[in-house]
Amino acid sequence: MSNVPSDLLYTKEHEWVRIDGNTATVGISHFAQSQLGDVVFVELPDVGKTFEIGESFGTVESVKAVSEIYAPLSGSVAEINNAVIDAPELVNDDPYGDGWLAKFEFTSEPSGLLSAAEYEQFIKEEADK
Amino acid sequence: MHTYEPPIFELSSPGKIGAALPDAGVPETELPAHLLRDDDLAGLPEISETEVVRHFTRISQRNFCIDTGMYPLGSCTMKYNPKIHEEAARLPGFAFIHPLQAEETVQGALQLTYELQDILAEISGFDQVCLQPAAGAQGEFAGILVFRAYHLDRGDDQRDEVLCPNSAHGTNPATAAMVGFKVVEIATDSRGNVDLADLRAKVGPRTAGLMLTNPNTLGLFDENVHEVAKIVHEAGGLMYGDGANFNAILGIVKPGDVGFDFMHYNLHKTFTTPHGGGGPGCGAVGCKEFLADYLPGPIVALKDGQYTRHTPAKSIGRLKAFKGNFGMFVRAYTYIRMLGAAGLRSVSEHAVLNANYLRVNLDKIYPVAYDRTCMHEVVLQGKIKGAPSVHTLDIAKRLIDFGFHPPTVYFPISVAESIMIEPTETESKRNLDAFIDAMKQIALEAVENPELLHAAPTTAPVRRLDEATAARRPILKYDQAAIAALLSK
Amino acid sequence: MSHYISITESERAEMLKAIGVADVADLFVDVPADLRFPTLDLPAALAEGEMARELRRLSSKNSDVLNYSCFLGAGAYNHFIPAAVDSLLRRSEFYTAYTPYQPEISQGTLQAIFEYQSLMCGLLQMDAANASHYDGATAMAEGAIMAINATRNRRKIVVAPSVHPQYRGVLRSYTQGLDVTITGDENPAASVADAAALVDNETAVFIVQSPDFLGVLHDLKPVAEQIHAAGALLLMVTNPIALGLFQTPGMVGADIAVMEGQPLGIPLSFGGPYVGVFSCTEKLLRRMAGRLVGVTTDLNGQLGYVLTLQTREQHIRREKATSNICTNQGLMALAATIYTSLMGKTGLRKVAELCYQRAHYAAKAIGQLDGYEVLEQGPFFHEFVVRCPRSVAEITQALHAQGIIGGYDVSKDYPHLDNAMLICVTEQNTKNDIDHLVAVLGG
Repeated sequence: MSNVPSDLLYTKEHEWVRIDGNTATVGISHFAQSQLGDVVFVELPDVGKTFEIGESFGTVESVKAVSEIYAPLSGSVAEINNAVIDAPELVNDDPYGDGWLAKFEFTSEPSGLLSAAEYEQFIKEEADK
Repeated sequence: MHTYEPPIFELSSPGKIGAALPDAGVPETELPAHLLRDDDLAGLPEISETEVVRHFTRISQRNFCIDTGMYPLGSCTMKYNPKIHEEAARLPGFAFIHPLQAEETVQGALQLTYELQDILAEISGFDQVCLQPAAGAQGEFAGILVFRAYHLDRGDDQRDEVLCPNSAHGTNPATAAMVGFKVVEIATDSRGNVDLADLRAKVGPRTAGLMLTNPNTLGLFDENVHEVAKIVHEAGGLMYGDGANFNAILGIVKPGDVGFDFMHYNLHKTFTTPHGGGGPGCGAVGCKEFLADYLPGPIVALKDGQYTRHTPAKSIGRLKAFKGNFGMFVRAYTYIRMLGAAGLRSVSEHAVLNANYLRVNLDKIYPVAYDRTCMHEVVLQGKIKGAPSVHTLDIAKRLIDFGFHPPTVYFPISVAESIMIEPTETESKRNLDAFIDAMKQIALEAVENPELLHAAPTTAPVRRLDEATAARRPILKYDQAAIAALLSK
Repeated sequence: MSHYISITESERAEMLKAIGVADVADLFVDVPADLRFPTLDLPAALAEGEMARELRRLSSKNSDVLNYSCFLGAGAYNHFIPAAVDSLLRRSEFYTAYTPYQPEISQGTLQAIFEYQSLMCGLLQMDAANASHYDGATAMAEGAIMAINATRNRRKIVVAPSVHPQYRGVLRSYTQGLDVTITGDENPAASVADAAALVDNETAVFIVQSPDFLGVLHDLKPVAEQIHAAGALLLMVTNPIALGLFQTPGMVGADIAVMEGQPLGIPLSFGGPYVGVFSCTEKLLRRMAGRLVGVTTDLNGQLGYVLTLQTREQHIRREKATSNICTNQGLMALAATIYTSLMGKTGLRKVAELCYQRAHYAAKAIGQLDGYEVLEQGPFFHEFVVRCPRSVAEITQALHAQGIIGGYDVSKDYPHLDNAMLICVTEQNTKNDIDHLVAVLGG
């Protein structure tokens, strides 16, 4: 029942990344949202802020858990999804579509990201732990 | 019973009042017009006394409480609250004295405070007690501030870390952070004790202290407590005792004897001052002589037959206005004076007996996190064979339909699907057996008809509540339009 | 075995057998053997009747405000408490319940907290109030820490010297491990304007009290403008009974407002338990410490109440939580809820008027006595400072002999006000009480 679109890249912190030219759209995976449960609050940074790869750029909260979201690559925030701030349930309902979180203009080439197949294997191992 | 009661604002009509007040009876002075409020107190209702009493009586009936049934909340110590305590705290000479009155006009209150300080010190093996902290978390705050002051006073300014086992209450790391320390988590070993290897790897010249709950939050007495204290002390750190579980060891062992330097007492757990739906409590603290100079003040002393207050020389300062939650002192004092030494030991013996009785009767169905003799509480796991769709939450909610308050669930966080059960010494064997039967019945239902669990509770005043909506679009004060919109969905 | 334990000898034997040990002592083998079962040197146990007698003996050594007429305030106030308050508080369903973590069987406590939050917001004209802090002083300290966190790189706290001295003490205790500076109150005689002038672009928060510790009412609207222009937050400390008449934090534009809730139906009780009322603007909501209750619906669509926004709290966020607070002052918040409901808008205004009128009557009468001077400090609510011809300690002692608990000696905290007594008059002090006080002072 895993839902891991093959056209995206992933991180071990369960973010997904869609690369389009110099822009990377970032969200959390279907697996991540299902582990968190009902998402009730999303905190995102101001547009223009810069982050290093691996740095926390926001949080996604459920009723009883808080999850940091990490920049999958270095760059500056080009756009944030205001719709998820008003309706956090979008992260549950459509994590790869309307539930996206932020777009980055990246400054260094993406590296160390997982392919869909690699991520699928990774979450399988996580689930078996 | 259980009938819906509207928010109190919906009972309001113009012109009503719920209290009888006198006339001023003095010549009138004009009010300063430019300083008056501008809304005619529009946010307050107008209701008669009759209606107010009925409203709060009705909503009270939508609560579960100790006086209606067993409340086996692990780590919370929901034991019976004796009725004489309520009478005692309301005596005019206790309830109606001002905290700033001259000492000679409050000698009885100061004497009670002094004696309670002494008694708590004796029970726990410490040299000085201060009753000011208002709750366990504030006692922790006092302790970690004292640790900081002690190290700094000795010119030891490199200690910026506090160690906390991963089974600790959330208040421990939160407290260390409030004092400005970095929190370092220590692992738990396979028997549920502090992992000594991990401790040795992480302790050092940056260690200000270790915060340890013992018995710990797994319901176990740490078998290595001496060794833990030795390791921390040799590194120059101090031992903080979180007294949340002190109720298991009254007259069994003194924390001051096993290496703790400082500890807080939860008078609202161990000494049964009522929890009041969330508070008030009292987080009195005790310490060894070498830390006494740093305690918060005031502390009561006896000099030339007079009880007086003083603040220690190098005090971390006061933690709240006035002296502390005195009403809680009176209740705890009454409890201890009526039980005496043998009575206190009997409290802990029965608390531990009851928990172990539950353990051996349930461990075949619900896996025990650590298979050892437990202290006053036992941590089980809500993993029932043949019922993969059933979680701890479902078991907890189903218990409500059997007339029990659920145990603590999903804590400690280091144990998956944890169910933490603390029966306390005041439950009868009849109740314990009924609880065991309910837990066994629920395990059967989990396999045969899991829907019963998923749908539970069905007998409570309300069904399961939509917590996600409450958090997504918070309505935190009465707003007729917002509530109407919520209900129309 | 005590009368609180419900297990018989034979049941205990049966239970031990089930556990597989011979004796209760065998359950404690994990405790170091040489330290097990220490002797506790405690007074002998008392039966309930004996205990009741001992408690009456101790309590009767104290001079209580039912038998003495009390003119002492300074942060704890002797107000009338309708009998209905304690009668409801003593319902087991309220006082023997735990924190409402299981909402389906805690709707009573949850609804009461929701009503408390609503009533406090109404009283203060603020957006959001939490389920309570330990007292007014800790609410103020937590408010200051919240302001530091909300303003990011600003590490300075400015506090007016007319804020309650003990509250300022607690503020310093709470922040001693944090990298912040506190200023504004070095000169105890400085005015609110003097202190406000220290607010700059490094300042996170300005803390001011009205009515202040010496009873004075301030117009804080211009102060708020000045503070906000500097990019700082305004934390206002106030008194709930004064709010029956006077300027509210909401009117002023305060970002954070706190108060000691004790005047709302809670007995003096030698300093506690009281209740710290804490409120803030919508903008600061997610930085607030403490529990919050919100409304929602259950599976049947019925209105219900739950603890909400819990991810701010220590049991979830641990070292990143907004505060370590867990146990609060729930039952005292309930007392304030019942009191405020009984009084309602008419009653609360009336209580405030009674305090104001009788305090002003007393001030005028005392001001006419030879050797006494009521300090001219501006408009006041129910407390005022009197310069006395002798030390306050001496006068207090003389008053006590005449059945009166005198005012607070302010020279301890404000050395420039020597021989000065802070007198408090509430609706509990009748005209006769006041006349008696005046007569004894004059005699």
